[in-house]
Amino acid sequence: MIYFDNVSKVYNEYSTALREITLEIAQGEFVSIVGHSGAGKSTLLKLLLAEETPTEGQVYFHSVNIHQIPPRNLMEYRRKIGMVFQDFRLLPHKTAYENIAFAMEAAGRSDEEIAEDVPYVLDLVDLADKMWHFPHELSGGEKQRVAIARALVNQPEILVADEPTGNLDPVNTHEVARILMRVNDLGTTVLLTTHNPSVVEMIGRRVVTMDRGRIVRDSPQEARQTIAAAS
Amino acid sequence: MSVTLLLQRIVRSGFVKFFRNGFVSTASVLVMTVTLFVMGGLMLLFFLLNASLALLKEKVDINVYFVPSASEEQALALKRELEQLPEVARVEYISREEALRRFILRHQGEELTLQAIEELGENPLGAVLAIKAKEPSQYAQVAQFLSQRQEVLLSAEGAPMIDRINYFQNKEAIDRLANIIDAAERFGVAATAVLVIATTMIIFTTIRLAIYGAREEIAVMRLVGASNTYIRGPFVFEGAFAGALAGLFAMLLLWPVAYFVGTRTKEFFGGVDLFAFYTAHAGVLLLVLVGTGVVLGGLASFLAVKRYLNV
Repeated sequence: MIYFDNVSKVYNEYSTALREITLEIAQGEFVSIVGHSGAGKSTLLKLLLAEETPTEGQVYFHSVNIHQIPPRNLMEYRRKIGMVFQDFRLLPHKTAYENIAFAMEAAGRSDEEIAEDVPYVLDLVDLADKMWHFPHELSGGEKQRVAIARALVNQPEILVADEPTGNLDPVNTHEVARILMRVNDLGTTVLLTTHNPSVVEMIGRRVVTMDRGRIVRDSPQEARQTIAAAS
Repeated sequence: MSVTLLLQRIVRSGFVKFFRNGFVSTASVLVMTVTLFVMGGLMLLFFLLNASLALLKEKVDINVYFVPSASEEQALALKRELEQLPEVARVEYISREEALRRFILRHQGEELTLQAIEELGENPLGAVLAIKAKEPSQYAQVAQFLSQRQEVLLSAEGAPMIDRINYFQNKEAIDRLANIIDAAERFGVAATAVLVIATTMIIFTTIRLAIYGAREEIAVMRLVGASNTYIRGPFVFEGAFAGALAGLFAMLLLWPVAYFVGTRTKEFFGGVDLFAFYTAHAGVLLLVLVGTGVVLGGLASFLAVKRYLNV
């Protein structure tokens, strides 16, 4: 489904974010990418979202080189990816309902579909009772769950979560990890970046470990053992 | 997405954004109101200037005084010649009788003067041609033409038919007035140009600052896959709506100003009533102020958002 083919990203002579990355992610997989700050996790996601272009190599989504997609078609491509960020990135002047509805409106969905689907996804993340709350009226965990609901509402092919538990307490971290697993169980591919060993431990699926722009490990067993030993 | 649905969502989203983003919206409307108010004020001032200049221009003329023995045909012949000149706006023929009547009217109460006229037993005044040029600066050319004609318009005995042309007595005053009118018109055009540029820049900067605060929001909209039109639309609508409100407020603010200043200008500018102008042209003024607000607000938003869409 996703294929990073020998990808490097060099910002300048002092800053090389990725070095010769080759990575394949199959449909329906749950892949956790772990590594310290500066390991290259976020750059990897930016390349997948076509926010950055690789210095060398190609990134494919269903065999399409995403960096050859014309700018006018990029929004179509991005709608296939649900994004969740560490800082939630909700629209501050919209309620939980409206934040999710906005993603559906942007995708051209009808008002009837919106009225039907938004309460459904809010229920899926246990926030049906906070539908009309603004982001500043929600806790960190609740904001992240709204962000997940927004990412899911257009039924994306892949859910990309960039450090989604970075700003959350252990209870909410656990809750978000549980929701992501449930999403994956329902058939959506999930790509998660984190440096929280307990999240990786709890999810227990494929783990790709990055260090200074390289993939140093890509094995569920190996990674879990390393993380367990480190913690 | 159909165009109707897109427009409907853009308008709805723009309205919601405007009212929920209370502080920024209020600040934008306030700044735009002040700017448009100044612009509206200048429009009123321009009217006052034009009306006053028109009054001044109306007061300037050249009179050709014929000798009493000059015939009506001679005066009317010169009138026809003058009307052919491109500089001349109109020529009024005042007969000897009419000139006497006006003279008596003007000197009502001056017993000595009226008595002297009566004692003469006949009308001592000749016919008069009152000439209005299109522009005050053109009187010199008209006067030159008249002085040429003065030399050839003679009676059978060779006596001149034109007694005098008052331009040469009033030349200095006419020239000075022409210069003042010319300078005032140039100043008006320059002030308008400066103010139009200032209005545009202030509105553009205000909107740009408001949208700068929403740049993160634009980035999020882009990441959830919204098209550029769908991201930009509500901002453009919001800017245009703020501009429309500002235009309306500026118009309302001008009402007491026009009322207060109007009564004074009526006395000072010889009957030019600013308030009467405001009420008579309220529709056009409103259209210009609201239109300027909508166009500048919408355009400024369009350009400001564009900056954050190219990521």
